[in-house]
Amino acid sequence: MRKAMSIELRHLSHVYAPGTAFSSVALNDISLTVHDGDFLALVGHTGCGKSTLVQHLNGLLKPTDGQVLVDGEDLNGDKVDRRKLRMRIGLVFQYPEYQLFEETVAKDIAFGPKNMGLSAEEIDSRVRWAMEKVHLNYDKLAEKSPFELSGGQMRRVAIAGVLAMQPDYLILDEPTAGLDPHGRDRILGIVKDLHEGGTTVVMVSHSMDDVAQLATRVAVLSHGTLKAEGTPREIFRQREMMAEVGLGVPAASSLCAALRARGVDLPDDLYTREELKDHLLRLWKEVSGC
Amino acid sequence: MSEAYRILAEDVSYTYEESPSPVLKKVSLRVKPGEFVAVLGHNGSGKSTLAKLLNGLYIPTEGKVTVCGMDTTDEDRIWDIRRSAGMIFQNPDNQIVATVVREDVAFGLENLGVPHDEMLARIDKALAAVRMTDYAEHAPHTLSGGQKQRVAIAGILAMAPLCLIADEATAMLDPSGRAEVLGTVRRLNREEGISVIWITHFMEEAVQADRVVVISDGEIAMEGTPREIFTRVEEMRRLNLDVPQMAALAAELRAAGMPLPEGIMTVEEMTEEVCARLCPSN
Repeated sequence: MRKAMSIELRHLSHVYAPGTAFSSVALNDISLTVHDGDFLALVGHTGCGKSTLVQHLNGLLKPTDGQVLVDGEDLNGDKVDRRKLRMRIGLVFQYPEYQLFEETVAKDIAFGPKNMGLSAEEIDSRVRWAMEKVHLNYDKLAEKSPFELSGGQMRRVAIAGVLAMQPDYLILDEPTAGLDPHGRDRILGIVKDLHEGGTTVVMVSHSMDDVAQLATRVAVLSHGTLKAEGTPREIFRQREMMAEVGLGVPAASSLCAALRARGVDLPDDLYTREELKDHLLRLWKEVSGC
Repeated sequence: MSEAYRILAEDVSYTYEESPSPVLKKVSLRVKPGEFVAVLGHNGSGKSTLAKLLNGLYIPTEGKVTVCGMDTTDEDRIWDIRRSAGMIFQNPDNQIVATVVREDVAFGLENLGVPHDEMLARIDKALAAVRMTDYAEHAPHTLSGGQKQRVAIAGILAMAPLCLIADEATAMLDPSGRAEVLGTVRRLNREEGISVIWITHFMEEAVQADRVVVISDGEIAMEGTPREIFTRVEEMRRLNLDVPQMAALAAELRAAGMPLPEGIMTVEEMTEEVCARLCPSN
């Protein structure tokens, strides 16, 4: 029997401090599947439950109700090798550079592989591989203290530490928060390359323009429930719903709607700058006759 | 002293103690009453250092900073300076000190020895100005990031400042939180005439400023209206920055032969210009 690679959330609910006066429902009956090869963007306003959801994906939190199935196995079941399953799911937290702690960049990145019990040679080769993936020069930086690096470099060290475990699934919680445009493009480029190389990616993001550029699927959370799910094209044409949940749509999508309202002949679901540009140029050529 | 400028930085350089070279080199900046100035720059460009020099948290290694006519080296007036130029930072959670919103707003006033009745009046006014009156008795940790930032702004407003310096105040917020905080500051700028220095990585926010200053490697690299700055797409990218989506699209369309004017920054402007060329009724 074929075993499909996936992380499946089945009727997942999570209640913080259940049974106390402070009890609050963070996630309510979420069913969502991350398929092999997906680039799933998880979007929603602050406090909608994104970070809580992400922590269920690799078993840091246990559901109050429902299940998390990794390749069909219940992550929180009695008989599973939870440790082994979790190693396949790399989680990069928000502001991951706050978690750097080792004396050197190489040691910090080696921490995960070391815990996996790999040989010294294997660890060394993984550290080199991971640094290359995040565009950090091994010869220049491996022996430096991570705390001497710039903020953007520190973040890439933290991501390399997760990559060095060579997870099948990479989950990133707002990986570009607080970075300048250049640092942001750099991180997004790295994630894009990893996805194209076969890693399944789940990324929490507040930037609809970033999501438009990268995601193959989008899941919209609002107040702990799954409000909508689909391709970026399906999601970003629902402009009113996206405004209602406090997110908005990519600038290209807003322009598409505004132009259509004025009678410009465009499809109603354009959402990237590139495709909008192509359509406008086509129309311009028709009008100007050249 | 002249009220021509609320903040005046003249040839300011700053070198951190442990560092061999200056992070800011001969930077001059003049901020007029009621002006909204956005400051852009890559990480490590010296933006945050500049912010801290503008209200006397740092003292220039060279050059001079005056806030409402007061020199930041004047130790006797440092509290007047900080009250005149309030500062708001990136992380909402690092700026809340009390367990009830009202008390958090009161914190600065208590330190100033403001009479009780006046204090209450000022707190109410400040909370109303950021539209957080309904939350006066709430615990800050139950608020959203945007709401926490607005409480932090109320704490500054209660001190009746003439300038507000925001150092990436929206960096950790979601889109609606960002709009909420920038909208609040824009309104205070317009209605109360508070001068604003708005440091940000979001080009879309800088569009709303009267003037944009771009810092690169400790020096002012570009200065002008948002329209002037965001037309210079290539230059901005060379400085590791970006331009708003619509400015980028306009540049791409122009390069491909569609005759659009320079200076387009927003969806509304783009809609007008494209319609003028494509719309059936025209």
